[in-house]
Amino acid sequence: MDLANFLIQLLNSVQYGLLLFMLAAGLTLIFGIMGVVNLAHGSFYMLGAYLAWSLSTLTGSLTMAIIGGAVLSVIFGLALEWLLFRHFYKRDHLDQVLLTFGLIYIFEEVRSILWGDDVHGVTIPDLLSASVPLTENLSYPVYRLFMSGVCIALALGLYWMISRTRLGMKIRAGAFNRDMAESLGINIKLIHAVVFALGVGLAAVAGMIAAPVASVYPNMGSQVLIMCFVVVVIGGIGSVRGALISALLVGLVDTFGKVLLPSMAGMLVYMLMAAVLLWKPEGLFKQ
Amino acid sequence: MSSAKANLEILPRGVQVALALGLIALVAFPFVGTDFYTQMVTRMMIMAIFAMSLDLLQGVTGLVSLGHAAYFGLAGYALAFLTPAGEPVSLWWTLPVAVLASGLAALIIGFFVVRTHGIYFIMVTMAFAQMVFYLFFDNKALGGSDGLYVNFKPSAAIFGWVPFDLDSKVTLYYFTLGALLLVYAFLRRLLWSPFGRTLAGIRVNEHRMRAMGFGTFGYKLSAFTLAGALAGLAGYLWGTQTGYINPELMGFHMSAHAIMMVILGGMGNFAGAIVGAFAFEYLLHVFKDLPQVGSVNLGKHWQLWMGLFIVLLVVFAPRGILGLVEKFTQRKEKTEAGHE
Repeated sequence: MDLANFLIQLLNSVQYGLLLFMLAAGLTLIFGIMGVVNLAHGSFYMLGAYLAWSLSTLTGSLTMAIIGGAVLSVIFGLALEWLLFRHFYKRDHLDQVLLTFGLIYIFEEVRSILWGDDVHGVTIPDLLSASVPLTENLSYPVYRLFMSGVCIALALGLYWMISRTRLGMKIRAGAFNRDMAESLGINIKLIHAVVFALGVGLAAVAGMIAAPVASVYPNMGSQVLIMCFVVVVIGGIGSVRGALISALLVGLVDTFGKVLLPSMAGMLVYMLMAAVLLWKPEGLFKQ
Repeated sequence: MSSAKANLEILPRGVQVALALGLIALVAFPFVGTDFYTQMVTRMMIMAIFAMSLDLLQGVTGLVSLGHAAYFGLAGYALAFLTPAGEPVSLWWTLPVAVLASGLAALIIGFFVVRTHGIYFIMVTMAFAQMVFYLFFDNKALGGSDGLYVNFKPSAAIFGWVPFDLDSKVTLYYFTLGALLLVYAFLRRLLWSPFGRTLAGIRVNEHRMRAMGFGTFGYKLSAFTLAGALAGLAGYLWGTQTGYINPELMGFHMSAHAIMMVILGGMGNFAGAIVGAFAFEYLLHVFKDLPQVGSVNLGKHWQLWMGLFIVLLVVFAPRGILGLVEKFTQRKEKTEAGHE
């Protein structure tokens, strides 16, 4: 592997890792703060991708689709939280598993009714369809750089919100001690709704920006969900920083695994997970 | 009762009578049912064994595995690999080998997953099961996404003498019923053994069990291995019945279905797992069989009905069918106690 090729793989793994981070961050936040395990998190990713496809064919612009899709998915998240999830914060994990598994079935079938079972492609906007030349015969697509840029911007925004703003302070207080925070006058119900909608929004935006690269197809949600679980398990549940580091690690192992050891590529990430579990059963950054 | 989630470990007389009647119905069924329904009930019994094996983890030990289908599927694959295309192989060695293979896989994976707790355990079991799934799904040598055929049903011949023939649907039915009864009796016995009591203690308070000197890791790993092996028994029977094995059998939908069955019937007493498996398989059959209404084929969208059913169940009746029975009987006991 020469240097340019290595660089391309490195960029790919960072881009994949950042995308996984957006998904895992939502999953781990929803768990860390509300104590809810959400198997339907992958379905929000799928929802995002299908929204991107529908809205970009409708409006002709991916930018419009992403903005509209983000708003729609956040509204959807708020509705879902109000209707179902808020009743499950104090229930057993088993009940949460069942609820969200039922939701997967509903989402998959509604998707099939609304959008059909075909694989769809989403076109990259002209502005982002160019490539950056690396050497004479190797170049890197601008769109993938754009994806990484969006992910980094959202990650920084998330970090800023949680660690620097008043809302973030309330979120942390609520996660640390719900009753104490409530008696201090923090509206925990509202905080939970916001965090849930944020998680849904992050997953849907990940699906939307990934749509042109990964295409849009049935069951795309469950595949991504498993990878999210691996990321969260390695990173340590509830830790956003752990999710970032472990998502980058998983991106690296998966991307380079496919190039260097194609016959074992599918297994490598799980072997990494097993190794981490042996060493630290609670994940690398358990809070 | 030891905890708020105390399980229905001693079955009320009414439930015992219902189970006995159910057994009589199962024994008599092939005489009245058609071929189609005999096969369907065979499948229900196989799923009941699978659900009971999960209940050992979920209901007794308090470990919710979202990857239990991996061990179910592995034994099916073991059967497919052990059966050459040309001739049937003996039941008497393929069955133990397949069950041991599943148990061994559960032992290895269990070594990693049993260190984790609660929600972590759910995620890790699911991730490892998906690893097994993709191992078979991605490798043409292991059958790939198309799966494998089990060309011949295992032969029960002993030195040329054939006590029964699994090619017959009715014989396979009774063979499965026998396996179901054995597994149920074994697990009920286990529940009241020191080992079973320790597992129940781990469910209620693992820290206290460890403080009392129990090596909980070893107990949990043993339970995980045993549950994997019993799931393997169900998978072997499935492969024998359908003659076909594919990666879907190890997928996470299958694992979630097993969890559903255990919840639907009621956890921790194995009878619930049986009732739940029958109810769940029957519901699947009903949903897939829904008629065409106008231009909409309701049966085609069975996943929607199943999803709605699961959500409604977990919102309104989280403890399942036997849970409702228990609620009723407990209330009666309470009022009786109040009168004393």
